[in-house]
Amino acid sequence: MSAVVVARGLTRRFGDFTAVDDVTFDVRPGEVVGLLGANGAGKTTTLRMLLGLLAPTSGTASLLGATPDRQTRRRLGYVPQGLGLYTELTVRQNVAFSAQAYAVPALPLEGALADASERLVRDLPLGLQRQLAFVAALQHAPEVLVLDEPTSGVEPLASARLWDRIRAEAERGAGVLVTTHSMEEARQCDRLLLMADARLVGTGSETDLVAGTSAVAVVTDAWTEAFEALTRAGELVTLDGRSVRVVDRDPAVVERVLQDAGVTARVTRVPATLEERMAALSA
Amino acid sequence: MTFGLESVTVRYGGTTALADVSLDIPPGQVTAVVGGDGAGKSTLLRTLVGEVVVDDGSLRIPEPNEVGYLSAGGGSWKDLTVDQNVAFVGGSFGLTRAEVDHRGGLLLERAGLTEARGRLAGRLSGGMRTKLGYVLAMLHQPRLLVLDEPSTGVDPVSRVELWRLISETAAAGAAVVLSTTYLDEAERTASVLLLSQGRALLSGRPDELIARMPGSVTRVASPRRPEYAWRRGASFHEWWPDGLPAEGDQVQADLSDVSIVAELGQLTDAGSGS
Repeated sequence: MSAVVVARGLTRRFGDFTAVDDVTFDVRPGEVVGLLGANGAGKTTTLRMLLGLLAPTSGTASLLGATPDRQTRRRLGYVPQGLGLYTELTVRQNVAFSAQAYAVPALPLEGALADASERLVRDLPLGLQRQLAFVAALQHAPEVLVLDEPTSGVEPLASARLWDRIRAEAERGAGVLVTTHSMEEARQCDRLLLMADARLVGTGSETDLVAGTSAVAVVTDAWTEAFEALTRAGELVTLDGRSVRVVDRDPAVVERVLQDAGVTARVTRVPATLEERMAALSA
Repeated sequence: MTFGLESVTVRYGGTTALADVSLDIPPGQVTAVVGGDGAGKSTLLRTLVGEVVVDDGSLRIPEPNEVGYLSAGGGSWKDLTVDQNVAFVGGSFGLTRAEVDHRGGLLLERAGLTEARGRLAGRLSGGMRTKLGYVLAMLHQPRLLVLDEPSTGVDPVSRVELWRLISETAAAGAAVVLSTTYLDEAERTASVLLLSQGRALLSGRPDELIARMPGSVTRVASPRRPEYAWRRGASFHEWWPDGLPAEGDQVQADLSDVSIVAELGQLTDAGSGS
């Protein structure tokens, strides 16, 4: 099956500033793809071009095999981080409204949402509001689903149930694009796209993306001294429980800093986390 | 000393926001409170800073002028510049002009905000604004630092920088307690409390919580009992309360798995005694 989202050499400049630079990727039906990157990396501009809200300076964006426009957007479901619900309307009214907007019959409400059907959305807990936003965005069986931090602020079990829902959409054949800052959400995706400084700098699994960056773990009883010495030396230092981590650095350099400070420690090279990889990219 | 709460209950009208919750917050380390929206995280933190009165139980907290607090999404005045925010908050803690200049300058530099000193706080990015809130909460060198969801909405790169600042504070001897919805972040702290609907579901060192999880978790393509399974990418993790997986590869559980198991255990009672 052909890809539902295609970016080919996608580029967008605002004056002298290049927001998106030569970005190429696909999202195929049945696939859950995560788009990651720091603020300002170009994720939002990329998304706006894919949705047809912004024209590329060069390159092409296509949605469901065509240049994105009002018609193709009708075959898309979008759950923004702000959820896009009408908080002064009831649950049932929100569902009816979005069904009407897409000219499809409203889906019957189930479970906790059915129990809350006559309640105002603003009075519902966030987890339930998220469930409702999904129902509203999915009742027209979209072929592409775009989700912005779909499970943020939801407790672990409820979040797992939302992922069941997202996966069911993918198994039905929708292509799913998730933009997120959450590493747990990144782990739910089949494939990740990592953007930094307007460019696509990596694609693949979490392991693929961190390849080439390592961290140094420092285990010592004198962890506060180790932390202070490494901070003074200008290293990017973080705490992991009671061990100290240094990002993207030769272990020998770390050992020397610690020796000079008179700290005895066990220093080992360990795989970097995805966050550390992103910090190293922007350093 | 170790700060904290002992069997604390908080009620708002007819709702119990916290039910018999205890937590130790030792100096020199980071303690995390995790849970979803409405779990009671903010209520717990606000008891420590005197914004919420406890109905039952007791608190071990320092004098108010020894507590630093960053509220969720807040902590600075958006119509003041970064420098004006520092001067204003420093003044309200009774710091002298010289103390504000010295300590404020140092903290702003560590937070990477030196170049932004003349900018309005409202014009800063989310990550920079959180770091400013952190600087303001730290100005008076508190012994107890309370941070309500400092990393929510902050991008991963700013989060690494923020985590470095928080780590520095703990390394320098302060007791730090923060709330977060990111479990991978909580896994890096020294101690975690998991709240659900105002109750403590789990409490302890992340590695201990993982080791103490009842039963085992396997990775399977399709779960035998969907009510005991949850998504992890294209496959599932499935929980076997008795520890005897019938199928699938056993996986090392992480804090996210452990939290789900704790919630499932509560629903089914299968995990009681954990």
